[in-house]
Amino acid sequence: MSQERVQLNRREFFSFITVGWVAFTSAIAGLAALAFRFSYPNVNFEPEMDFIAGYPSDYEEGVDERWKNGYGVWMVRQEGKLVAFSNICTHLGCVPNWLPAELKFKCPCHGSGYYMNGINFEGPAPRPLERYKISLTPAGTIKVDKTKVYRWEKGQWDNPNSFISV
Amino acid sequence: MKELINIIADPIFSFPIVTTLFVLMMKYYRIVGTKKFGIGALLTAIPVATWLCLDPNFRKIILWPDNIPINIIIILIAWLTWYSLYRAALNDNRLDEGLGPWEGLPENREKVWVWPNLVYTELMCIIGCTVFLVVWAIIFKAPLEEPANPTWAPNPAKAPWYFLGLQEMLVYFDPWMAGVVLPGIIVVGLIAIPYIDTNPKGNGYYTIAERPLAMWGFLFGWFVLWQYLIIVGTFLRGPNWTYYGPFEYWDFHKVVAEYNVNLSEFFWIKWLNRPMPANMFVREFFGILITIGYLFILPPAIARMKWGKKIIANVGQIRYYITIFLIIGMASLPIKMVLRWLFSLKYIIALPELELNL
Repeated sequence: MSQERVQLNRREFFSFITVGWVAFTSAIAGLAALAFRFSYPNVNFEPEMDFIAGYPSDYEEGVDERWKNGYGVWMVRQEGKLVAFSNICTHLGCVPNWLPAELKFKCPCHGSGYYMNGINFEGPAPRPLERYKISLTPAGTIKVDKTKVYRWEKGQWDNPNSFISV
Repeated sequence: MKELINIIADPIFSFPIVTTLFVLMMKYYRIVGTKKFGIGALLTAIPVATWLCLDPNFRKIILWPDNIPINIIIILIAWLTWYSLYRAALNDNRLDEGLGPWEGLPENREKVWVWPNLVYTELMCIIGCTVFLVVWAIIFKAPLEEPANPTWAPNPAKAPWYFLGLQEMLVYFDPWMAGVVLPGIIVVGLIAIPYIDTNPKGNGYYTIAERPLAMWGFLFGWFVLWQYLIIVGTFLRGPNWTYYGPFEYWDFHKVVAEYNVNLSEFFWIKWLNRPMPANMFVREFFGILITIGYLFILPPAIARMKWGKKIIANVGQIRYYITIFLIIGMASLPIKMVLRWLFSLKYIIALPELELNL
């Protein structure tokens, strides 16, 4: 038996190292992909961005809070118009409360206050509440689309999509 | 008496009171910083604190688990403030007599080994802190609440205690200013202090007389604009971030008449009796003018004054402008607060179209 040891030549060494390096890189990439996937939730509890909000006749004059907890929307019927307000304060994004006795929306974080029509009047809020797109479906129900907002200071509250006449 | 305290604790009154107390403390620090004054203050504070704690509403807010750190902070700050004033008064009296600072005496310059002197002390502090935290965690349970809900906020919604000063600041400013710009200037300014302030006086020893501007400026920001605002945010702000006196029951339906007005509305509607112009820059030009004047005309104007000339002679032009910019940035907070209280002024420049309000 020969005592000589099997020696790798340079070419063989490089082919080994190439295979090893590719395996190592793909393993790392696979782990990174798993970690990336892990950072996204399996089940998303966020509310839908649009929803059907019943019939216009369901709403009485004033503020309706039935969609606030599920979708973050106040339905306000006033002066023949039905609008869908975002329940996010325009100051720093807290969730204001509707105070029925004082007839105002009041933010618990820094004390911003809004009238029932969404106009800011006290505290640091720089602009009124935002309106969501609201429309009537062919079946006569109301559809609120939160992907589109209408801002008062940009003159968008005259847009026919920002309210429905009732 | 309790009604009076409820009234004067309102920031409208307590801010000038706290500022006056700060000025008196800094002016008469040689009296405040004596052992006699310290013992007298302690002996007065104990019965007053006992009397305060006899009130159920006061006890409720003081013993709320989230507020315990603030109580500890108040005691610690009172003690540390008095102690540093005591040491500063000691040194300044020595310096008046032509002696060096107390810290420079030969017996105080003696050096000791890190082991065992420092490491042993650190070990004891670690054990002490751990015991303290364990006992605290056992006595005051962590207030676990229901799962987070993006469409609901607790009322009052309070930041952690160390951010309550910032939250109180946000009441007077746009979120961009009080949440990003001003804290950024505070952090950068604090980092910049060693590079701006190259004055060797006060290095390694307590003194106020040798460093009046540095001591007054920094301590005003620390006491009045940070600690005082944290205390207001912690103890005096209840549901809807409304003001509640220390002896007042947190009535959810307390109504406070408030109507805030922008400077542009004052300017066009109240003073000129005209409708607001449609163009937003024309509408806000008065506020923009004031802001430009405050930021760009005030520093060179101060540079012409005796006070500014003295600073420039000491530190040079560039350091002067950085310092003065930091000072007027800090001064903008009390200015804006006073304007809000006196005139219900909301924003000096209000450009909600561009998300830019000052």
